[in-house]
Amino acid sequence: MLRNCEVFSIPTKIEPRQLVVPGTLLAEGKYNVGFNAYREGEMVYSSVVGLADLRNDTVSVIPLRGCYIPYVEDVVIGEVKEVNPTMWALDILSPYEGILFAKEFLSKPLNTLKEDARSYLDIGEMVIAKVLSFDRTRNPSLTTRGDGLGKIQRGTVITVDFTRVPRIIGKKGSMINILKKESNCQIFVGQNGRIWISGKTRDEEAVVADAIRKIEAEAHTSGLTDRIQEYFAKRRA
Amino acid sequence: MKDNYVPSVKKRQIMELAESGKRIDGRSLMDYRPLDIKPGFIEKAEGSAAVHLGGTYVVAGVKIQPEKPFSDTPDKGVMTVNSEFVSMASPEFEPGPPDIKSIELARVVDRGLRESETIDTKKMCIYKGKLVWTVFIDIFVLDHCGNLIDAAALAALTALFNARMPELEFKDVKQDVTNTLIEDMTPQDGWKEKVHSVTEERTVFPDRKKSPLPLRAIPVNVTMAKIGDKFFVDPSKDEEEVMDCRLSVTFTEDGNICAMQKGEPGTLTPEEVLRAVDIAKIKSQELRNRLPIPEDILKSIEKAKAKKKEKD
Amino acid sequence: MKNEKLISDDGIRFDGRKIEELRPIKFSLGMLKNADGSAFVEWGKNKILVGVMGPREAHPKHLALADRCRIEVLYRMATFSVGERKSPAPARREHELSKVIKEALEPAIFVEMYPRTTIDIYVEVLQADGSTRCAGISAAALALADAGIPMRDLVSSIAIGKVEGQLVVDVKDEEDKQGDSDMPLAIMPSKNAVTLLQMDGLLTHEEFIRSLEMAKKGCMEVYQRQKEALQEHFQKSANNDEET
Repeated sequence: MLRNCEVFSIPTKIEPRQLVVPGTLLAEGKYNVGFNAYREGEMVYSSVVGLADLRNDTVSVIPLRGCYIPYVEDVVIGEVKEVNPTMWALDILSPYEGILFAKEFLSKPLNTLKEDARSYLDIGEMVIAKVLSFDRTRNPSLTTRGDGLGKIQRGTVITVDFTRVPRIIGKKGSMINILKKESNCQIFVGQNGRIWISGKTRDEEAVVADAIRKIEAEAHTSGLTDRIQEYFAKRRA
Repeated sequence: MKDNYVPSVKKRQIMELAESGKRIDGRSLMDYRPLDIKPGFIEKAEGSAAVHLGGTYVVAGVKIQPEKPFSDTPDKGVMTVNSEFVSMASPEFEPGPPDIKSIELARVVDRGLRESETIDTKKMCIYKGKLVWTVFIDIFVLDHCGNLIDAAALAALTALFNARMPELEFKDVKQDVTNTLIEDMTPQDGWKEKVHSVTEERTVFPDRKKSPLPLRAIPVNVTMAKIGDKFFVDPSKDEEEVMDCRLSVTFTEDGNICAMQKGEPGTLTPEEVLRAVDIAKIKSQELRNRLPIPEDILKSIEKAKAKKKEKD
Repeated sequence: MKNEKLISDDGIRFDGRKIEELRPIKFSLGMLKNADGSAFVEWGKNKILVGVMGPREAHPKHLALADRCRIEVLYRMATFSVGERKSPAPARREHELSKVIKEALEPAIFVEMYPRTTIDIYVEVLQADGSTRCAGISAAALALADAGIPMRDLVSSIAIGKVEGQLVVDVKDEEDKQGDSDMPLAIMPSKNAVTLLQMDGLLTHEEFIRSLEMAKKGCMEVYQRQKEALQEHFQKSANNDEET
């Protein structure tokens, strides 16, 4: 109890959701340091441009820009950039390239004498894959074992800034559900900012891609979900 | 880096969308991206322009300096085009000596300007055999989102339109040349009266100061990417990554072709080339109409044309 | 120009500024599509574009550091950025400036967060008018922030000159060329930590102490402009996130 009193008796230096920059003093005292913040003595500072966030007694910053860093269990969309006899190296829009071992893709070892890895998955092709393990000292290893994972056979793939991903999914999936319902397309949003759209025609997919670009670019005014619905209504008319 | 392979998912996407005449950024096959030209972006250069073509961002600067002429053209000014792919412009541009693609870019732009005789180099002679004006056109590619050639050519041309002749300062000129210049200056050269005073450290030809370059053509380049059997005008980077080949055609305002360049390993049939030239002719005129050309330049170009006609 | 005085008797510099007055400074952000972060600064007549690429896979791979991210800076001057055309080949001055700019920025970056990667910072001087390294460093700090790279603080920089016996803030080209000394300084403003210090010329001990004070004050002013630019650029995205 005493400890809690101490924590909450010292005010934070910022308003919740205030825009902060690297070096902005966020709080003073025994707060826990969350994402994108750092401690120096009693002080907690922001390390990026973003929105200050205080939950319970943890101070963190929601970033507005940044590169994708993999987390275990993340589902990402990768593009094959290198093929080895036993594995594929994937560009996952991160400083660390994804490694997809043959046994994680084919569910069996590849007989390198008889089979060519490229006949299964060629350079330039894309896969939806899950991060199995990652700790920054080694490249993340991926798997395509699981529902909805595997090689992309059709459809459109577009790229958005990965910090916009939560926006495109929306609160409890509200936005993505609108997109799916209005377009009749299958849509999958990778955590790394690649989005796969699969519809009956290329035109259908282009409409969804347009809508997503709209969310990414114009989302700073309120009532976005309404406007996205309007947009689809207009396209149908 | 992307250079190494063709992103097959994207290629399918682009080709299938093109079947209904569309492109992934919403344009039609014949559309240019939004074009924004800012002349006079760099005050310290004699001429300059910043060009945004969609996301592609190119800055060209013109420096005009007195230099020794080439021995085979002792009475002609010199023009050189140089281009640099700045590393921030694309992940595949590495620091170091000029990229072979950047050399190609500079040479294609150079050819368009040179073969159309945009600069009347005969009027750029200061003293035959000793001193001529050299026009350095330096193109900096700052953001590569496709079709660098057209953006660079537009930037270079606008920078020339925008350029003003510098003052000729004798202190910049080698002593022996200075002496000959002063001694040999005759009234028929049209120089002597206009020289303020040759004894001053800085001597100015007031006539030349702030006057434009002697220009006489408006060459405009149009680049098309061939993907499958279709031409994509002003290809974006996505399209360039999957294109079979590209064709650049430079047209003068008279409807003459003054430079061409086919790039990348794909092939074209002669019929396709003819079709591309037809497209380029229309698109180049459209672009030309959007160029910010100063009044005095337009007049001098017309004058130069009239003179040429008379001669013919 | 040579015979003209750079500072008038009533303490006004030849471009109309007071002794401690900075030139107009305008930062803008995020104008490049390919770079992960970018910033442009118009600082008097200086026009400098900074692009940040990374963190990305170190290339070539053997240059990767096992425990931290490698920072690379390339400071370049465009051929048309100065009076007489500069040769396109990089000069020794550009190599040295690249090094000191890297060392001015690196203390601010949490390099340990991205082992085995590289962050490349490209400083392209499109027009030079004195104190380009200071303008470049200040713009680079914004470009790094725009790339979302975790940093302890921004880095702000200014040069103090001695012209006709007087100390002046924010050295312009002519003041640098005809002045007695030039002292560029960069600090992490909220940490009170100096990250760049160079001096060439001649200063008395007292003048140096005063220069340092003036530089700190000047840097704080630059810092204000930097924060304003970040606010202006990111407020839009901030509102955008309000809904989520």
